Order: sequence, then C-alpha cells, then structure tokens
Amino acid sequence: MKALDHLPWYRRPGVTIFLFLAPALFFFALYVLAPIPVSFFYSLFKWDGIGQRSFIGLENWKELIGDPVFWKALKNNVTLVVISLATQLPMGIALALLLTSRFRWTKLLKTVYVLPYMMSAVAIGMLWRYIYEPTFGLLNMFLEAIGRYDWILDWLGDPKVVLYSVINAVNWQFIPFYMLLFMAALVGIPLELYEAAKIDGASPWKAFWTITLPLLWPTVTNAAVLSLVGSLKYFDLIHVLSGGGPNHASELMATYMYKRSFHHLRMGYGSTIAVALFTIGFALSMVFVRVTSRKQYEGGDRR
Amino acid sequence: MIQKMLKQVGLYLFAALWFVISFYPFVFMVNTSLKGRMEFLIKPVWAFPEKFLYTNYLRVIEGGFFRFFFNSVTVSVISVAIIILVSSLASYVISRVRFRLSSLVYGLFVAGMMIPIHITLIPVYNLTRALGIYDSLTALIGPYVAFSLPISVFVLVGFMRDIPLELEEAAVIDGASRLQIYARVIMPLSKPALSTVAIYSFIMLWNEFIYALVLLTSRKNWNLTMGLWNFHGQYSIDIPLIMATLTLAALPLILIYFVLQEQVIKGMVTGALKG
Repeated sequence: MKALDHLPWYRRPGVTIFLFLAPALFFFALYVLAPIPVSFFYSLFKWDGIGQRSFIGLENWKELIGDPVFWKALKNNVTLVVISLATQLPMGIALALLLTSRFRWTKLLKTVYVLPYMMSAVAIGMLWRYIYEPTFGLLNMFLEAIGRYDWILDWLGDPKVVLYSVINAVNWQFIPFYMLLFMAALVGIPLELYEAAKIDGASPWKAFWTITLPLLWPTVTNAAVLSLVGSLKYFDLIHVLSGGGPNHASELMATYMYKRSFHHLRMGYGSTIAVALFTIGFALSMVFVRVTSRKQYEGGDRR
Repeated sequence: MIQKMLKQVGLYLFAALWFVISFYPFVFMVNTSLKGRMEFLIKPVWAFPEKFLYTNYLRVIEGGFFRFFFNSVTVSVISVAIIILVSSLASYVISRVRFRLSSLVYGLFVAGMMIPIHITLIPVYNLTRALGIYDSLTALIGPYVAFSLPISVFVLVGFMRDIPLELEEAAVIDGASRLQIYARVIMPLSKPALSTVAIYSFIMLWNEFIYALVLLTSRKNWNLTMGLWNFHGQYSIDIPLIMATLTLAALPLILIYFVLQEQVIKGMVTGALKG
C-alpha cells in the first residue's frame, strides 16, 4: 500500500507541496493572473486582434481620458453601485426578517422568493425585455389597466429612464441572494437577546437597531463588498436587456469594453478600458473593505 | 391591539406584494409560451391561452435546443469535476501542511474573487486562438475552472482546517503517504464542503455567458445561454416562441432547486459568504 513511500523525492515536502498545488496554480496563473499584465501590455498597441500589432505608447490612455462614453459608462456604473447598495441590502434584510419571523407560509414564500436567482442573467434579460416592451409589454399593459396612462413610459427606449429600468431588473435578480445571506446570519442570533430586550421594555424597532443590526453588521459588510464588486463588473443582463443603449444611456464599463473589443475589433483600446475597469474595481473594493471593517470594530466597541 | 392588527396586515401585504413581484414574471413566461403568436398580440398579456398550444415547445426543440442543452451539461459537468479535483488538492496543502508561502498562495487565490472577468477576456481570447481550441467547448473549460477556483479554495480551506489533526496522525503512523491521506482521509471527510462547491460552481457555470460569447461562434458549439441569446435575435418578434425557449432553459435549474432546495441554498450562501 505504501506505493509512493520508497520514492525519496516524494517524501520531500517541498516537491509534494508543489505537486499538490501545481494544477490549481496552472489554471489560475494562465487564465486569471497572467492576463492582467498582458492586458496592460495590449493597451499600448493599436490592434484588431488578428493582424499586426502596432505600438502607439500611451495613445489609448489619452483617448480614454478624453472619451465621453467611457466617463458616461463610469458614471452609470457608480449609479448602479449606489442604487444596488441602497436597495438590495435593505430589501434583503427586510425579506430575511419576514422569513425568519413567526409569520405563516414562510416555507412557501422562501421557495418562491428565491426563484429569480435560479435563472440565468441572459434569461432574465430576455424576460424583462418583454415586461418593458412599450406597446404590449406586461408593465405598460398593467399601467393601462389601472388607468395610470401618465406612468406609461418607453422603459428601454427613453435615455432618461433606461438605466433605472435596467437596475430594477438587476435588483429583481439579486435581492433573493442577499435575502438568503441575511437569513443565514439571522438564524445565528440567540433568541434570548430579544427576550431580554422585551423584558427591558424595548420596542421591536429598538431591538432591531440595538440587537439585530449590530450583530448583522459583519454580514452587511460582506454583502456590501459583494454588491460593490458585482455591480462594477456587471455585464450579462445589461448586454441582453438594453445593449448599453439607446445612445450609451445605459452603457457600463464592461459593456463598453466588450463593444469596442469584439464589435469594433479595437483590442488595444478594449484592453485599456479593461485595465481601467480592473484598477477602479480593485482599488474601490480594497478601500471599501478597510472602511467597513473599521466601522465593524467601532460598532463592536460601542456595545 | 389595533396597532398589532395593522402590523399583521402590513406584514401580509408586504409578503404578498413581494410574492407577486417574484412570481408573476414566471407566470407571464409560462402563460405566454402556450399562446399563439397573433393571440398574444391581440389579447391582454395576462389572459389565459384560449387553448394550450404546445407547438412553440416543439419548434424550440426542433431548433436545436437539445444540442445547446447537451453542450451546457457537458461543459459544466467536466468543469465541475476538474474544479473539485484541482481545488481540493490545493486546499489540502494550504490548510493542513505547514510551508512558508502558504498564506501568500491562499491570499492569491482568494484575491482572485475581486478580479473582474473582463480584464482576462482579450488575453484568453488570444490564448484560445493560439492553442487552436477557439470555437470549441474545450475552450471554455480552462477559464471556467480558473474562475471557480477562488471561491472553491476559500470554502474548502475553511472546511479542511477544522478536520481534527488526530485523524491524519493515525494515518501517518500507519504509513500512509500524503496522497493517500488526501484521498482516504481528507476527501471523504470533506464531502459536505465538496458538495457545496460542486453545486455552487455548477449553477454559476450553467448560467455563464460572457466567455461563451467571446469563445464560441458556430451554432453546433453554443451552450444554453448562447443558444438563448441567438434565438432571441432570430425570433424576437415571435414572443410566445421566445417564452417557450426561456421556460425550457430555466426549467433544469428550477427542478434541481426544488429537489435539492436546502443544499442549493446552503451552496449559494456559503459559496459567497466572503467577497
């Protein structure tokens, strides 16, 4: 049974460790790590992806700084991040509280509430396209039926509205996920704490702010980081739902990067956008992790 | 008393409203998929079909749906198998063998969760062309495995750390090699974490879109999301047909979810507990 023991090289821990790690490191280095410097390298070239690369120095970067569409996309990304944080987390907490309360039907409700998250973003994008369809879409038909003609909009065609329509579909997809996350955390809060608060005469509202939220805070932090990182690189649903249009009104950095690279075959410039997206996302999530972990500490101190 | 009742009513309203918001789009989808094309345009969207039409489903199936379905199953299953093997090997060493670069390697993998996929698209596209596997299902496996590694290593390391050392010691005294310890002691004990990783990765890969969009071109190689996306371009005016496609595409995961509800939820939550 000691098939490998007689091999002296196998007993050496360095070699063993390397052999165990090698497959994972291989995939990770080849497909995740190496592409980062390579993308930066490509950003210094003019290149259609197939023919010759020609070195143009920082021309792509100069173009990026002066590119109004990129700034528009960045602004939209920021809007997406802010609205996601402001709606997905509170809704997630509210639904989690509902489902962990002594409310009847919680099992059925939980099953149904999770359903949107089981669909692919592509399918959700297609489904919502027909909900938003201006003439025979579900939403406008509904508004017509209840007589709110003034609320009827071209949800995906109006540049002023499209970004919010898209974000709404994103929320539909992700709120169930945050609900599950908070449910898992709520289960861990001991019931005695609430009983003690009740004896002290605290209202449920007060109990939420003094017991639930502080104990939930680490999960809130995690959820916020997930939401932030996720929103910055968001692509699938927007690509299917609005394609970033009309006229870049719902463009995000990721959709813009894809368009420039694979529709216009400007791989150099696409790489530049990708590096910018990477840098902004990575830096922001680092800052965010630092800030929120400090808050968590202060919260812990106060209690 | 009245206040309490009002609160109950509010709770019910909230629960019911969210129920409608979550569920009605699915009703709309299935309901529409059973209608004729003209019927959909003339009648209100929420009207039930005059009679259940299955022709849309037949057309979807004739349109090559099973091919896409089969492609998705193949690529997801193969990728998940590789992910399990590769990430468990690495996690075993990271969590249970002391070596100098251990925390660096772990940190590197975990930081991968923060890396947006888009920065890898063009280099991976080129690499795939250079390897001669562009426009094949094989092309997807590399990136799928690589991008599932961070979360898998994170979950497995967290789990394997808590396995009591005595179990491993006993095996060492019996003369087992590292590989034997990994295969006979650690892997069987890690089954719960392994199933979490498998379920989470499978769902993520089943729904994956952007690599498929960049690396696949010919119809015979499309996975389900690519099939959906292209059906959509081809038949965008025939809404009932599109809805039949969506229903069929959403069905497998929803069925898995109904059958394995608790495991799926656990997989989703632990798989993403830390970003």
